[in-house]
Amino acid sequence: MSIEIKDVNKLFGDFVALQDVTLTIPTGQLTALLGPSGGGKSTLLRIVAGLESADSGTVLIEGKEATHLPPQKRNVGFVFQHYAAFKHMTVAKNVAYGLEIRKRSKADVKKRVDELLELVHLSQFSHRLPSQLSGGQRQRMALARALAVEPTVLLLDEPFGALDAKVRKELRDWLRRLHDEVHVTTVFVTHDQEEALEVADEIVVINDGRIEQIGSPDDLYDAPANDFVMSFLGPVTTLRGELIRPHDIDVLTHADVLGAVQGEVVRSLRVGFEVRLTVRPTGVGVLHEVAAPGDEQEVNVVLTRAHASELGVDVGSTVWLSPNRGARRVSAMTPKTA
Amino acid sequence: MKEPTAVRWVLRLLAVAYVFFLVLWPVSLVVRYTFADGMTALNDAFSDPAVTHALKLTAVVALVAVLVNLVFGVGISLLLVRFEFPGKRVLSALIDLPLSVSPVVVGLALVLAYNPRTGLFGPGLSSAGIDVIFATPGMIMATVFVALPLVIREVVPVLAEIGDEQEQASRSLGANAVQTFRRITLPSIKWAVVYGVVLSLARSVGEYGAVKVVSGNIVSQTQTATLVVESKYQGFDQGTAYATAFLLALASVICIVIVSILRPKESS
Repeated sequence: MSIEIKDVNKLFGDFVALQDVTLTIPTGQLTALLGPSGGGKSTLLRIVAGLESADSGTVLIEGKEATHLPPQKRNVGFVFQHYAAFKHMTVAKNVAYGLEIRKRSKADVKKRVDELLELVHLSQFSHRLPSQLSGGQRQRMALARALAVEPTVLLLDEPFGALDAKVRKELRDWLRRLHDEVHVTTVFVTHDQEEALEVADEIVVINDGRIEQIGSPDDLYDAPANDFVMSFLGPVTTLRGELIRPHDIDVLTHADVLGAVQGEVVRSLRVGFEVRLTVRPTGVGVLHEVAAPGDEQEVNVVLTRAHASELGVDVGSTVWLSPNRGARRVSAMTPKTA
Repeated sequence: MKEPTAVRWVLRLLAVAYVFFLVLWPVSLVVRYTFADGMTALNDAFSDPAVTHALKLTAVVALVAVLVNLVFGVGISLLLVRFEFPGKRVLSALIDLPLSVSPVVVGLALVLAYNPRTGLFGPGLSSAGIDVIFATPGMIMATVFVALPLVIREVVPVLAEIGDEQEQASRSLGANAVQTFRRITLPSIKWAVVYGVVLSLARSVGEYGAVKVVSGNIVSQTQTATLVVESKYQGFDQGTAYATAFLLALASVICIVIVSILRPKESS
């Protein structure tokens, strides 16, 4: 096991950043720490890197006790959200930095730098200064710099957070492909569920300084442990007192399903290929007279464009809503496990 | 919105006149009086052992003071920006003290603290054979004191602006604290340090009040260039006074020229 974190606690003043976090990150995988801002995920990453120290608990990297090691002795690569490029050095010098510190021979350094710049597609920019690169290029340079020292683990703190949406998506795909080539144990922090679901082998959901759930992207999506995980992994709405994803609701134009909720479409918004409906419940369907809590809340439903026009629903239509077969539902009332 | 042409001209004229009557004209008079008899005044000054000794002493005191302020200035700047500790705000406020306290007060305070008879450290240092007051160490201390904030106030904002991510990146790439400082921090704050040093140098060369109190103003022993100017002027040796004043002004102008050459480079 590559990184073992045990009972880690961290306070900033009286703010609890991490509370009894225990986590094992397997070798060679790409793991995402996913959670809202201020949830403690960056702090955890920085503790692993040695840039922050835990108040209590232990960190093992490749089986070696690392809790009190300074960052330069941990052999981790760290990539910052804002690149942390060495502004006074060229791209090649930035990448060479870790190797020069390790006193490698000039020929070795040059060879390795050329390899890495090739890997991150920056060979033609080797003599530029970071200020002459775009954000995406700077971040690729930072990645090459971190990989140059052949770290045991690569840690990325919101690596694509400062980039615009299109570049972010490109780099995300590129990171996945890079990881498939290099196979270094990688942990990255993100608040973007799509990024985590798309790139990671394993996702650790962190909120309020605690781990909510650990699992593969599919596990998390199909079997969220609680309402927080479910609502963090994508949009949710409430139907008959249960959290459900808006695209997991069947929209019917006839009251012929048991327990379907009758309602009126109050808003309809088309975004690209999908149609988002807001339905205000007006009554409970056939054979279901007992009102459930949350019945009066408006329900969000997502349909494809084609499906919506086939049903002919628009503002003012009366529809009946019922969960898809196999839809994942989590009771909205479940108190979070303390 | 643009002011009418007339208003703009009046404002410009006002600014130029202000600088002219306050700075340029008086300083130009010094230059004119220095060269009133050609090079005679300068030659006289350079052949006067009291003046040459004073110039040498000024150079020594200023250079040592600048060196001390450079090392401690950068150190204290790092401490103030990169570390949290109790009393940090007090330290930061204390650093500005030399700007607000009259140099004469500084000199007097140093005399009280280090004089060989009643001072706290004076008797001990004196019995060890080290004279502080009325000697070069005291003059250096006084000069260090008055120029203390200059390097720090230049370096602190730059350090705060560059942040510590580059330093953290350097650490994570295997560099220790010294390597990180030398290869990452120092190149980033280089121009601020140079600017601070030049300012300190100008301030140190020109210091008068604190040094006068601490040095005792002994001719050819503890008299610096600024003190020579004053005593020669009082002693009706005006030619030498003008010549020495001219040299001091020249040193400052050179400092300013160096700074204005350095400044544009910083922004590129």
